[in-house]
Amino acid sequence: MRVTFTVNGAPQEADDVWEGESLLYVLRERMGLPGSKNACEQGECGSCTVRLDGVPVCSCLVAAGQVQGREVVTVEGLAGEGGELSTVQQAFVDAGAVQCGFCTPGLLVAADELLERNPEPSDGDIREALSGNLCRCTGYEKILDAVRLAAARTEEAV
Amino acid sequence: MEFLRPASWEEALAAKAEHPSAVPIAGGTDVMVEINFDHRRPEHLLDLNRIAELQEWEVAGDTVRLGASVPYTKIMEHLRAELPGLALASHTVASPQIRNRGGVGGNLGTASPAGDAHPALLAGGGEVEAVSVRGTRLIPIDDFYKGVKRNALEPDELIRAVHLKKATGPQQFSKVGTRNAMVIAVCAFGLALHPDARTVRTGIGSAAPTPIRATTAEEFLAAALDEAGLWESRGVLPPAVARQFADLVSGAANPIDDVRGTASYRRHALGVMARRTLGWTWEQYRGTEQDELDDRSKPCA
Repeated sequence: MRVTFTVNGAPQEADDVWEGESLLYVLRERMGLPGSKNACEQGECGSCTVRLDGVPVCSCLVAAGQVQGREVVTVEGLAGEGGELSTVQQAFVDAGAVQCGFCTPGLLVAADELLERNPEPSDGDIREALSGNLCRCTGYEKILDAVRLAAARTEEAV
Repeated sequence: MEFLRPASWEEALAAKAEHPSAVPIAGGTDVMVEINFDHRRPEHLLDLNRIAELQEWEVAGDTVRLGASVPYTKIMEHLRAELPGLALASHTVASPQIRNRGGVGGNLGTASPAGDAHPALLAGGGEVEAVSVRGTRLIPIDDFYKGVKRNALEPDELIRAVHLKKATGPQQFSKVGTRNAMVIAVCAFGLALHPDARTVRTGIGSAAPTPIRATTAEEFLAAALDEAGLWESRGVLPPAVARQFADLVSGAANPIDDVRGTASYRRHALGVMARRTLGWTWEQYRGTEQDELDDRSKPCA
């Protein structure tokens, strides 16, 4: 089947999509967007997190046909057009929140949405917002530092 | 495989009538796992995402009609006053990403004994609105669960909504797992006081082939509260009553040993959860320790 939807602001089309295929597979294998990672394929790890009509979801659990006509934002959509990093991305770099990097895209999408929704999150808010994203390097402390840093910088910029 | 994308509820019912083996997919949080792991290859997937009314809820009189696909996140955000037990249970579902997609209709369709919504639905009381091209029927929640991952739906039926009684008293939910997020229940317990009817209802999850009520425990507690005039006096709950209630809840379960826990642990944990949730709800009913109760309903961190 053919699936047409918006990815990071641009219309995209995929042909010969298998009916049981996930959004994650379409993004990675058909649209050349490997930022969203494929790890557990059962919604446990959050490394495939994208935004579907603004809402963070596990793209491995969205059937490709379900996104017809809808809007998807992936980690590739966070940076500016010139490639300048977003506030959350820069904070992850500066705080040393990236180790092996595999969980990073999912965490960036989740953290970016948190700060959009709640610019001054408490530590509890941050932990809850990121509770669906596993980091097997267990670098959580630096990740929390990064989100706090991004929140502080967002506040300064306002 | 064929991917059916009905644009309206009528189209969805017609598609389900034409293809009774079609697997409905809404949040996808159960169905896609089975497909990703090659555990299931349905001939037809029936996408329900385009049907807007499934994502809506209505509060009318003493009832909430909760659309089958209203995501758990919305239940937590918008229905905490009307459906406190379900809102608490919703908050324990997996992670934000899953709560943004999954809803009660999927929990009912899958009918896993471990589904987080079930204990709250059983305790709160309600009916499942099952619809086909033949018509609509309301299935009492007590009659809905038929076996491990089996429910009372006919092959041509879809779940349109659940009709839930608005809370008339305190409700609580408790779940045992190895961490706060991303946990399938080792066992779970829901409790609702219904002061208007002078009754108590319960729900047990993950400790029997289906979600069940602990009816003997409910009857014991309601009688004990009645006899001591506690519904009116809002007096202190005698510890012996709480203990007996806990023992009866524990005894109502019919758990197995599995990778998540042993049968004896589940029985023990259910007794503990029954005693604690009774303590929380009763103190809330008495109108004391409100601050502590508020703290308890905050997000786990």
